[in-house]
Amino acid sequence: MVNGGKTNHEAVNCEQVWREISNYVDGEVDAGLRSSMDEHFRTCKRCASVLSGTQNVVTLFGDERMLEVPAGFSQRLEKRLARLEKNTASSGSRWSSLSAWLIPVAAIASFTGALALVDQLSFKPPAKSILAEPGRDIPPEMLVVVSDGSKVFHVAGCPFIHDKATERTITAKEAIQDGYVPCSRCLRQYLKASVTGQHDDDEASEEADEGQGEVVGAVGH
Amino acid sequence: MSDTEMALNNPVRTREQDLIASVQRGQRELFYELVQPYERRVYAAALAILRNEQDAEDAAQEAMLKAFKNIGQFRADARFSTWLIQIAVNEALMRRRRERTVQIEGIDDHRSGRGDEEKEYAPRDFADWREIPSEALERKEVRERLAKALATLDQKYREVFVMRDMEHLNIQETAEALGITVASVKTRLLRARLMLRDLLAAGWEQGWFSRLPFEKGNKPW
Repeated sequence: MVNGGKTNHEAVNCEQVWREISNYVDGEVDAGLRSSMDEHFRTCKRCASVLSGTQNVVTLFGDERMLEVPAGFSQRLEKRLARLEKNTASSGSRWSSLSAWLIPVAAIASFTGALALVDQLSFKPPAKSILAEPGRDIPPEMLVVVSDGSKVFHVAGCPFIHDKATERTITAKEAIQDGYVPCSRCLRQYLKASVTGQHDDDEASEEADEGQGEVVGAVGH
Repeated sequence: MSDTEMALNNPVRTREQDLIASVQRGQRELFYELVQPYERRVYAAALAILRNEQDAEDAAQEAMLKAFKNIGQFRADARFSTWLIQIAVNEALMRRRRERTVQIEGIDDHRSGRGDEEKEYAPRDFADWREIPSEALERKEVRERLAKALATLDQKYREVFVMRDMEHLNIQETAEALGITVASVKTRLLRARLMLRDLLAAGWEQGWFSRLPFEKGNKPW
């Protein structure tokens, strides 16, 4: 059948078949070549074996079962997406609340003059939660730790740092500029300074809620 | 063809298009539902390029987050799966460039296609496999053997094979995803398929494709 890689009676020899076998499997050879190769496979057991083996490779590896993700991949992805979505949504809502704000402010400003406008624009609405407080009197050069896990900055060693693999040290000033807020545990003293008496009750309840969240998060890790 | 007929012919595609439109309109919470069917393919694409499971997961998840942030740029005339895989490939290639090993392996060589791929590959093993039923993939042992064989291929062959035969991109899409020519894709694909066939033919001859999973003396515990 095969004589030094060549056949006696085929229009194509074994080497030509091997060169084109991948295209043949993909249906990317013209009708003439396909017919010659078909004839060759009928008479050359070795090339028929190469063909069946190649088809097996394509079929087996092409099966969805060959694609596996590590355990917990989906949960980790879903969690990261939820976090990103939350950040995107909150920055969007901050913008819309600011926009909504500017309308009455501008109306007032039109009556009270340019100086009053400056004053109004520099005024910020109170944060709804202690967890969103920017903090006060934080030494700008203090070294703090941030990570990709959340938009909170911490002192080194704080047990509530999410996603420790990505943690990095920067100054408090940089962290604030990047939109991070102080951790309500390890940087509590800077939050307390900015919280008025009326927030105390809210703070206690939110602390409890956040505590539960942290436990769930820790288990998740 | 009417919209209804199209929907009946391809309900998955239509559902996907609906999801894309909803996410682009702002329903970001639907994004995970949109990408969940593709997470295995995205991970496999990253793994083909990075080899290391942890790095592949990081790249795959980062790719999903980038897709989330850039979903507004996705055009309806493109295939969503291809767009997603392209992001994963880019992310993985970018990470690989950062690694020192790449400097040794040489990106130029990877791109230009120099090396042994220009020599023709001749099959070495002519064992007659016949058809291996895809039910064989139910067995973890079989999947592991196949994955191990794939891992032994050189980088440039493995990534083309994965994109084409596991991700089911067409030749043109594979070339675009990897930044190589169509001719290189065809040459590397042929070689990858024949090499895998030879690697697995030995296992076929030894009978592990047909062996029962828990033979005497071969228990997994």
